[in-house]
Amino acid sequence: MSIDTIVFFILAATSIISAILVITRRSPIISVVYLVFNFIILAIIYLTLHAQFIAVIQVIVYAGAIMVLFLFVVMLLNLGKEEMLTEKITYKKRIAIGLAVVMSVQIIIGITTSFGEHPNQLSPLATQIGTVEHIGKVLFTQYLLPFEIASILLLAAIIGAVVLAKKRIG
Amino acid sequence: MEILISLIKILVVMLVLLTCVAYLVLVERRVSAFIQNRIGPNRVGYKGLLQPVADVLKLFIKEDIVPKLANKPLHRLAPIIAIVVSLSTIAVVPFGDKINLFGYEIKLQIASVNIGILYVLALTGLGVYGIAIAGWASNNKYSLLGGLRSCAQIISYELSMGISIIGVILVTSTLQLDKIVEFQHGWRWLILLQPIGFITFFVAIFAETNRLPFDLPEAEPELVGGYHTEYTGLKFGLFFLAEYANMITGSAIVVTLYLGGWQFPYLQSSGLPEFWTSIIQVGTFAAKVGAVLLFMVIIRWTVPRFRYDQLMDLGWKFMLPLSIANVIVTAFIIYLFE
Repeated sequence: MSIDTIVFFILAATSIISAILVITRRSPIISVVYLVFNFIILAIIYLTLHAQFIAVIQVIVYAGAIMVLFLFVVMLLNLGKEEMLTEKITYKKRIAIGLAVVMSVQIIIGITTSFGEHPNQLSPLATQIGTVEHIGKVLFTQYLLPFEIASILLLAAIIGAVVLAKKRIG
Repeated sequence: MEILISLIKILVVMLVLLTCVAYLVLVERRVSAFIQNRIGPNRVGYKGLLQPVADVLKLFIKEDIVPKLANKPLHRLAPIIAIVVSLSTIAVVPFGDKINLFGYEIKLQIASVNIGILYVLALTGLGVYGIAIAGWASNNKYSLLGGLRSCAQIISYELSMGISIIGVILVTSTLQLDKIVEFQHGWRWLILLQPIGFITFFVAIFAETNRLPFDLPEAEPELVGGYHTEYTGLKFGLFFLAEYANMITGSAIVVTLYLGGWQFPYLQSSGLPEFWTSIIQVGTFAAKVGAVLLFMVIIRWTVPRFRYDQLMDLGWKFMLPLSIANVIVTAFIIYLFE
C-alpha cells in the first residue's frame, strides 16, 4: 500500500466515526462540534485529491459559516432536558432502517465488484482541475449562465430573508 | 530530506513565534506604562526582560478551576481550538525569499500553497468556534454574552476583510502569498496601489484580533472578562497566547499583503552576497512586523472602546460598502488599462 492509500483510509475512518458520533451523541452541541470536525476531515480528503479550492471552500462555507449558525441556534434554543430528545422506534423508522440496510448492501456490492476495474491512481489532469485558476476560468466561460442563475437565486434568498425579518418587527 | 527541512522550519517558526508572543506581552506592558506615566514591570531580570518567564511560570502553577455546572469536555476543548487555529495561520506567511544553507536551497515559508489567502480566511473563520464554545461551555451569562458578541464581531468584519483581499488579488492576479510579495518589488507596495483596501483590511484585523478599540468581547466594565471569565491557570494562558499569536500573524499578513513583505527596495541590485541578501530580507520582514505590532499596541492605549451598536454600524454601514466600492473601482481601472 502506498502512503496515499494509508492516509486515505485513516481519514475515511475518522470521518465515518465522527459522522456516527454526530447522530449518537445526546447533547446537540457536542453533535455540532463533531459535525464541524467531520467537515474539516472531508476538506482534508479533498486536499489529498488535489482539489484545493473545493477543500478551502468546504472549510470557509460549511465549517466556518453555516456551522456557526447551527451552533448559535442550538446554543440559544434552550433545548431543555436531554432525555426529552430520545426518540421511540415507530413502524416508519423500521421501514427506514430496512431500506437503509438494503441500500448499504447495494453500495457495498457495487464498490467491491468494481474495485479491480479502475486503476487506483489519479489521472495527471486531476492535479490541474482542482486549482482556483482552472475553476475560475471554467466558471466564467463555459458555465457562465448556470453561475449567474445561481447568484440570482442566492440574491432572491437574501432579499427574502430581509423581508421576513422586517415583517416580524413591523 | 524534504520532510526533515519542513519539520525544522516548523520547529524554528513555532519557537520564534512563541518567544515573540511572550515578549510582545512585555512590550505591551512597558508601552502602556510609558503612555500612562507609570514604570511598568522592570524587576525580573535586567529591566524586566525575564518578566515573560515569570508570567508563564505563574500560569503553570496556578490552580485549574472548572465551574461545577460547566460542560467539561467543551470547556477543555475551547482553548485548544483557539490555540491551534491561531498558530497554524503562520504556515502560509513567507518571511523571506530563499536561503542557501549547507548546500540546500531552503524556501523561507513553511508551505507555499496554491490557495494561500483563502487558507488564512478559512482559519479565521474557524477561530470563532474557540470563543463561542468557551462562552457557552462556561455556563456563565457574562461568558455567553462575551462569546456571542465576539462571534458577531468576527463574522461582520470577516466580510470586509475578505472583500478587501479581493482588491489585492485583482492587482496581483494570484492567491499565493509568496507571489504577492514578489509582485511588490521595488516600491510597488500594495499600500500605494490599494490605500483604501489597506485601511479596511487593517481595521478588520483589529476587529478579528479583539484588540481595542474593538475588544468588546472582554469589555471588563460590563462583561467581567468576557468569554474567558471562567478560565484559570494554563487554560486562560492558552487563550492569552492565542490572542497575542493572532496579533502577530495578523500583522504578518498585513505586511505580506500591503507593505511589501520581505522586500527591501533595490536590495537585489546592490550586489551583496546572496546569503546576506536573504538575511537582510528576513530582518526587513521582522522589522516591518514589529512596526505594525507597535502601532497596534499604541492604538490600544490611546483610543477608547466603541459602543456595541457603533461597532456594528461601522462594520456593516461603513467598512463593508467602502471595501466593495474599492473592489469595483479597482476592477474598472484594471479593465480600462489592460
